Amino acid sequence: METTRITGERIREYMLSGKRFDGRNLEDFREITIEKGVSKNAEGSARVKIGNTEVVVGVKMSVSEPYPDSPDKGNLMVTSELLPLSSDRFESGPPRIESIELARVIDRCIRESKFIEFEKLCITPGEKVWTVFVDIYSINADGNLIDAAGIGALAALKNAKIPEYNEKEGVVYGSLTNKKIPVKKEIPLSITFHKIGESIIVDPTQEEEDVSEARVTIGSHEGVISSMQKGNSKEIKEDEMFKILDLNEKVWKELFLKIEKSFKD
Amino acid sequence: MAEKGFKRSDGRKMDEIRKMNAKVGVVPNADGSAMFSFGDTIAIAAVYGPKKMHPQHLQNPEKGTLRYSYNMLSFSVTDRIRPGPSRRSQEISKISEWALEPVLMIEDFPNAVIDVHVNILQANASTRCAGINAAALALAHAGIPMKNMVASVSIGKLDKQLVVDVSKEEEDWEKGEGATDIPISFTSDGKITHIQLDGKIGTKQLKEAIGMAKKACAEIHELQKKVLKESIPEK
Repeated sequence: METTRITGERIREYMLSGKRFDGRNLEDFREITIEKGVSKNAEGSARVKIGNTEVVVGVKMSVSEPYPDSPDKGNLMVTSELLPLSSDRFESGPPRIESIELARVIDRCIRESKFIEFEKLCITPGEKVWTVFVDIYSINADGNLIDAAGIGALAALKNAKIPEYNEKEGVVYGSLTNKKIPVKKEIPLSITFHKIGESIIVDPTQEEEDVSEARVTIGSHEGVISSMQKGNSKEIKEDEMFKILDLNEKVWKELFLKIEKSFKD
Repeated sequence: MAEKGFKRSDGRKMDEIRKMNAKVGVVPNADGSAMFSFGDTIAIAAVYGPKKMHPQHLQNPEKGTLRYSYNMLSFSVTDRIRPGPSRRSQEISKISEWALEPVLMIEDFPNAVIDVHVNILQANASTRCAGINAAALALAHAGIPMKNMVASVSIGKLDKQLVVDVSKEEEDWEKGEGATDIPISFTSDGKITHIQLDGKIGTKQLKEAIGMAKKACAEIHELQKKVLKESIPEK
């Protein structure tokens, strides 16, 4: 269901006095749960819930030729599907811009942060390298799919194991080695900030997201930003942008504390 | 009856269903939703509607439309599958629609559509059956008027032996006469709403297989009833 205009007005009004419908502060996330290893046939997988929003992310791997510009490096491919199951707003069919954008933002967050050590995913330089597929699916969409997807992708990658491979048979699916996908310790969390009226908030519910005028997704680790994307049709003032960047460091720390234990080995 | 010396790879009895698990309300956004699993095969279903059918030319003034979509997540199987609809998934969607429509009082909803979305989270054979079981639960959970429940199970014939609820390992059986896969769906008053068969089997044995499916479906139906009852908070 679309959010009505009157609800939107009320949301903005509330936020002016620093309040939200569900009682959170503007910079608070809803409760987050991370469950790893939710699909046995995947090389790695995770389910992330942020409030009522839920995504599952799976990692699969295959062996293919490297790209000519990186003959000794593995590849990454992120796709996302906003399942019609997860909301009455989504329909089946070819991916729409929302899901394409979501996948690409997460792709860059992982790629640009150099989270995956691609040089270690080379089998024979110039001939064979691993491709890592990260597939994101929404299970229940209630706002902020993007951050849920980001956390899910990182958690799934973190617990993924490389399948067996030999020259003769190729990849032996279904039998995983003990080797993990080589990833760095630094977790490039992506956090999305929304401008609603004069307020900047994180982790919007669906209603809040509907009235968001602009959003900025930042992928960073301890203040080192590796990817960013602004979305939606309104502009953001410079001081608002600065506020977002400062907020990012604060919110990042709080969020990281909440999910840290899921990223321990 | 077990053929002499026949053992199932996971040690189950011939008529034993894998451990089942079911839950309703797994997708809060939906009007009704459910999870159903046979061992490692996990399906989730969400129902949206009845709602007005768009585009208008698809509306049927005589009765409502049931629209079922079956989809496997790319990582639900060992080899990644390309996301999106395939010929296989489209066919399964259609037969599942037919499996469920007979119990729905769909004539009460002219011009409307009931969307059922089924996704396979993890696959170890019998995914369409798990999907139908989840979908029936989700439809009931959504409060759609139904004359009966529907339960679905696959019967396998491995060489000469009939088994209930085929696993992936059994599905790939190669010895002797190989594997025959027979997914069957029953209403709770014992009518068949869906049957498919791939392989080779005699008439007599097929009748036996149907009997086994009926018994297994009754068992599944009990579980469906139980979780639906439990989902209603006590007063």
